[in-house]
Amino acid sequence: MPKTLFEKIWDRHVVSDLGDGFALVFVDRHVIPEIAAAQVHRLKAQGLTLKYPQYTFGVSDHTVPALWAALKNPNDRQNDYTKSMKAGAAEFGFHHFDVDTPDQGISHIVAAEQGIALPGTTLACVDSHVCTVGALGGISWAFGASEIFHVLATQTSVLRKPPTMRLNLEGAPNDSVTPKDIILYLIGQIGAAGGLGYAVEFAGAVIRDMPMEGRFTVCNMAIELGAAFAVIQPDDTTIDYLKGRRFAPAGARWDEAVTDWRTLKSDDDVRFDREITVDFTNVGPQVSWGISPQDVISIDDVVPDPAEETDSQKRYAMEAGLDHTGLVPGANIEGTPIDWVFIGSCNNNRISDLRAAAKIVEGRKVADNVTGWVVPGSLRIRAQAEAEGLDRIFSDAGFNWGWPGCSMCGGQGNVFTERLKPGIRAVSTINRNLPGRQGPGSITHLVSPPMAAAAAVTGCITDVRKLGS
Amino acid sequence: MATSFTTLSGAAAPYLEENVSTNVISVQKPHGQKSDTDDPRDELFSGLRFDENGKERPEFVLNRPEFRDAKFIVTGANFGCASSRELAVTALADFGIRCVIAPSVGDIFFNNCFKFGVLPIILPEDDVLALAAEAAPGAPSTVFSADLVKSELVTPSGRKLAIPLPAFRRQQLLEGLDEVELTLRRSAEIAEFQRSASERQPWVYGLAPTPNEG
Ligand code: SF4
Repeated sequence: MPKTLFEKIWDRHVVSDLGDGFALVFVDRHVIPEIAAAQVHRLKAQGLTLKYPQYTFGVSDHTVPALWAALKNPNDRQNDYTKSMKAGAAEFGFHHFDVDTPDQGISHIVAAEQGIALPGTTLACVDSHVCTVGALGGISWAFGASEIFHVLATQTSVLRKPPTMRLNLEGAPNDSVTPKDIILYLIGQIGAAGGLGYAVEFAGAVIRDMPMEGRFTVCNMAIELGAAFAVIQPDDTTIDYLKGRRFAPAGARWDEAVTDWRTLKSDDDVRFDREITVDFTNVGPQVSWGISPQDVISIDDVVPDPAEETDSQKRYAMEAGLDHTGLVPGANIEGTPIDWVFIGSCNNNRISDLRAAAKIVEGRKVADNVTGWVVPGSLRIRAQAEAEGLDRIFSDAGFNWGWPGCSMCGGQGNVFTERLKPGIRAVSTINRNLPGRQGPGSITHLVSPPMAAAAAVTGCITDVRKLGS
Repeated sequence: MATSFTTLSGAAAPYLEENVSTNVISVQKPHGQKSDTDDPRDELFSGLRFDENGKERPEFVLNRPEFRDAKFIVTGANFGCASSRELAVTALADFGIRCVIAPSVGDIFFNNCFKFGVLPIILPEDDVLALAAEAAPGAPSTVFSADLVKSELVTPSGRKLAIPLPAFRRQQLLEGLDEVELTLRRSAEIAEFQRSASERQPWVYGLAPTPNEG
């Protein structure tokens, strides 16, 4: 029977069929942020062991200050959570990408950058944006705190086999369109519940032509489509990206791996439970106007009017969005004055993102009324950016240059580190615009890195195409 | 051991909002800040039940006299979506709501329910709306009961509905089995999987442990 890529990977990992569509699935790689360190210590308390420390990786990201505290006193980057994870890692013998070790960064950035996530494998993590690494052609899932303990104790998860969906991204988007614009536009087209509960495969010419880093940005927001899993067929782009990464196979094993990875694809005659094709030929830079990731428009569009929406549920949701963001129906979104720009998060802080933003910033200044932050995704990315002089471009323009961590992505989401004050309007490269995501009462507009840079230097939401590049 | 679930009866609070996120069910507090009160029941929907001064908002469903001790909640699609917060489930259980009836719930929320003895009942939207109507304030007798032994939900008017639930989840709730204990019974199977997978794909499973240098 023909199978989808997702099903092939799923089938490889079923330890036992639990009936009713559920299965006990083997976890090839488990990534644990330091906020969950307590779960590691529970093992000992319950007289259990970590059977496969080599498949377990601790990370310090959620609680690590990226700027204020970090700059004042570097020691503040360590805290009870990171110390607890460090102790747990030492006790059970697994690797911990701790603060100020050279490979530290955000979980999903590190998992890719270090070759921990691989094609055809399974990877689990407590943070819901773990779908990011599905871009490498494996399957990954998130769960609650006690599921972490289940994985630590058993190396498995109990999962329901989801229906499958293929999203074909077709057409030839023009050069000003980034992967972030692609995924925002897609969510706008099919809705924030458009992939609800599905294992989604992103396919089509747009994905095939997209560099690896862009594919991460696209898969990162699969959860904003409601998807349970996201995957992209591995190809030369994937294989080139992984070669030589620290935890990726090497030598003869690399060759065996590549031979296997080349077989990982959905069969030609397979039927997905749902299949949607979206054309990207005429897409422009996107910006969110409300409080759901589906609330997006092109930068040259006007703010939509709820009065024109006939479905009362949708109208109510639109009104709630506008109520929070304070935008006026029918007005241009371009020109809206802003207070803050945040370029960071596992969605959009890889080297290509920083390069694209720096290109807009170079030779310009952050507007007087705006505070700008750039927080790279890992120490590796930070070092690379500094080697290329990108940090100087940002600093000279008046941006703050931070240390890797979730930082202002999770002002509400993780509540640990930096947060925006109520009423602050931010243009951010993060993945969620729920009310208060970056701090209670704050407003977030989701954009790409170049669009964020354009907003910073003009002081308002701006069409990056008008700044040239 | 987890909490078991066999039977439950009490009022059902109708709250037909869609996409109620886990952050609304249990409001996330700034790091280090404890709950404002000592009563674990106050955690649930605290942002909706109380105003900025901690005073009850009388219009919120759980503050109405009929629903102050609700044991069920009848709610809209995609309840418990967004973050993977387990506290959303414990907040419901601490309040005394041990059964959620909805057209759909978040996947992670669904899985979390079984860890804390909460029964999720997923029914077609029309059924949920009919149940909400029966639960409405002022109905003569608003007692619902769920019997997991019989897999049956009985409404105030005496209507009986089957509770759809995967068999292993039902067993887990009935026996109050901790999921880890349940899976550890399969340790030999898991070890065998790892062994044979290592032979098939050494490039995945052949990693050596790499504890931190120094
Ligand atoms: S950057 Fe944001 S989305 Fe990414 S792992 Fe951190 S908190 Fe989660």
